[in-house]
Amino acid sequence: MAIVGRACLLLALAVIAYGIGASLYGARARRPEWVASGRRAVFALAGLLTVAMGVLEIAFLRSDFHFDLVASHSSTTTPTFYKAAAMWSSQEGSLLLWVWLLSLWSSLVLWVTRGRLREVVPYATSVLLGLAGFFVGLLVFATTSPFQTSAQAPADGAGLNPLLRHPSMMIHPPMLYSGYTLFTIPLAFALGALIVRRVDSEWIRATRRFALAAWLLLGIGILLGARWSYAELGWGGYWGWDPVENASLMPWLTGTAFLHSAMIQEKRGMLRTWNVSLVLASGTLAILGTFLVRSGVLDSIHAFGASTLGVPFVILIALLIAASVGLVVSRRRALASSAQIDSLCSREAIFLLNNLVLVGLCFVVFWGTFFPLISEALTGSRASVGPPWFDRYTVPLALVLVLLSGIGPLVAWRRATVSNALRNLRAPLILAGVAVAVLVVAGVSGSATALAMFGFAAFVVAAMAQEFVRGTRARRALAAEPPMRALVSLVRRNRRRYGGYLVHVGMAVLFVGVAGSSAFQHARDVRLNVGQTATVGRYQVRYVGATAQVARDPAHTGAVLDLGAQLQVSRDGHPVATLSPSRGYYPSQDPAQGSVGSLIGGDPVSHVGMRAGLGRDIWSAITPDISSLAPLIDRANRVVPFVRPDLGLIALGAIAGRYLRQPPPATFRLIDSPLVTWIWFGGIIVFLGGLVALWPAPALARRPVLAPARARLARQPSRA
Amino acid sequence: MDPARKRKVRLVSALSAALLLATALVYTSFSAASPARSPSQLLAGAQPGRSYQLTGTVVAGSVRRRGDVLDFRVRDRAGTASVPVHYSGTVPDPFREGREVIVTVRRQGSGFIGERDSLVTKCPSKFSVKPGKGY
Repeated sequence: MAIVGRACLLLALAVIAYGIGASLYGARARRPEWVASGRRAVFALAGLLTVAMGVLEIAFLRSDFHFDLVASHSSTTTPTFYKAAAMWSSQEGSLLLWVWLLSLWSSLVLWVTRGRLREVVPYATSVLLGLAGFFVGLLVFATTSPFQTSAQAPADGAGLNPLLRHPSMMIHPPMLYSGYTLFTIPLAFALGALIVRRVDSEWIRATRRFALAAWLLLGIGILLGARWSYAELGWGGYWGWDPVENASLMPWLTGTAFLHSAMIQEKRGMLRTWNVSLVLASGTLAILGTFLVRSGVLDSIHAFGASTLGVPFVILIALLIAASVGLVVSRRRALASSAQIDSLCSREAIFLLNNLVLVGLCFVVFWGTFFPLISEALTGSRASVGPPWFDRYTVPLALVLVLLSGIGPLVAWRRATVSNALRNLRAPLILAGVAVAVLVVAGVSGSATALAMFGFAAFVVAAMAQEFVRGTRARRALAAEPPMRALVSLVRRNRRRYGGYLVHVGMAVLFVGVAGSSAFQHARDVRLNVGQTATVGRYQVRYVGATAQVARDPAHTGAVLDLGAQLQVSRDGHPVATLSPSRGYYPSQDPAQGSVGSLIGGDPVSHVGMRAGLGRDIWSAITPDISSLAPLIDRANRVVPFVRPDLGLIALGAIAGRYLRQPPPATFRLIDSPLVTWIWFGGIIVFLGGLVALWPAPALARRPVLAPARARLARQPSRA
Repeated sequence: MDPARKRKVRLVSALSAALLLATALVYTSFSAASPARSPSQLLAGAQPGRSYQLTGTVVAGSVRRRGDVLDFRVRDRAGTASVPVHYSGTVPDPFREGREVIVTVRRQGSGFIGERDSLVTKCPSKFSVKPGKGY
């Protein structure tokens, strides 16, 4: 089967070369049949890569250890669910996933735009194929092939890294990569539009849905990553300003800016240069993100040299930046727009301000992320900035952003009178004031930033609710419909607008969670013996007793040994919850650890014990002190031969029994974290709002969008 | 004021605001950053009271847990020079002997005190980059 996969990759390279040639020739010679053939090359590429993905995925599911990739990233003891996800835990597998998703999304956009944007499409096709060619080229030439096989298959594989065994790892990477690859689609069309100087709004309309989907999937991917960090890493945080996190946040920020400023171009024909630049930046940042994750350039300069991916990626990114800057500068006349912002009190002005804040945020994140490289280049010494530095800039910017997300929708386009705007703002402002007053009276204090964020979020939710109410009322007056029906048809007829409002509500809820959990969290690391109690925040946590399970695998992640604790959480003497954190021990491939030691010698992983609630989460993780078990394991190593893992499990059972009878002290991380649930809840609202905005509009509403295009075609008979 | 002039004033004030912010950003990043050092560089000269970002590999057999405190030694990635670190706070799951870690430290006497919760190990999705380690 491996030969099929290898052949698919080589064929893919040929198809890509043909597709680029056919598209460019078709565009130059004005031969539409060649352009169509180039488009079909993209479909063929998607087919080939699907087969390649299938071959590799089947090898993983069948645990075919002839494949080197399967042997090094999966094992027979890896649960089936995680065998499927193990494919993209590898460098080569994730690159294949990237280019496969790119080919699927490219096929979709070229199918949707067939018969439209005739001049732009061939160039966009070439850019997309070029990017696909880069990644397939990496797989063929720069890395070891994902289809590398060994004649002698090992008896078992190394297994998926236990830390990655969390359900969100099944969907987090595909979501994230879908977001990254979808951002390259507007990039390709923007480059195409610049090349042929068709920089009106048509390419934006054609790819807007893709930009929105990119934004949505990337956002959900980021959130799932945060969820994984919170629930799996034994650390209890969801965001740490890590380069890999920042890499995914940057294109999301510029993408958010673009989704707003694109509206100004569609409505008023303004900001063409800005929009094109944002799209080019988002696409380039998406590729930069892939590069950061895959090359390890920021973790260690040595890893950069050692990785074969660094130099090709730097060349690709430099090429993209050079092409973008060159095209924007040389097409500046075509990009110029006659319209201007009429007033600072208008939705355009608010959108522009929101854009500046978002781009500012992106710049802060960029600077902080790349600071190790910047400082090394400038001062010769590598230095890095920590989360406090990031927070200093991102917190105020986020506050402004949330506030603007409430103001923007209430201010009219073009020129709003101040008195009119104030009238719209009055009710939400009063509600926000009341909310803050209630919170202060209720005793919420200690963090002015958090209080401000709560107030702003209340303002946003009230402002959006006001919009929904007003729209529904107008709809009822117009169509004499009952309230619920009026609301539904209002949203159905203006999906983008009300989907967007829902997204604003979701972001406000999410930021309430972020502010609450950052400002009012209590965390403690304590060492407890059975029977001892620790206080964290408002809770008393008592270590009631030890738990131990051998080969039972309560978390379904393939742990051989699971040592944990029963914790009784109470408040003022009243029990509120029982938590069962544990630590899973996994097999290693290291024979030096002995026959029994290697059964549990892999990376141990925390299984968090948590009670999540709307108000607060009580979170716990345990690190048992197993040094007292070491002599027992040594003795078992001498008795049990390597070929009898069944005896090893029996020995582990005895060791676990000893742990239960004489539980050694354990280190606990205990967190009383308010409002974390709001983050996930807000994320779900954002997702639903995004879906509403993405959903295809009914045919009636779509007609006016096509009208200008048709009118232009009528004016230019020679081009049509 | 005529519109063209008004626009120019706006543009200039917006640009100077952006410039000011950027300057603040650059300045604070240089003053707040802790320089990355390898153990041998720290041994060669570390000022007391200044914080450094220590990067290196956890020395095999050096990890001791006493109560809430973790003592371990960090050595150069390629080399044997090592420094002792006295750390309390969160210990990431992947932390173990032989693994690459980053921890913010301050010098105290001949040893180094780790800043609370500053210990990080590499993101697990990247372990696979190094082949032959048998994870």
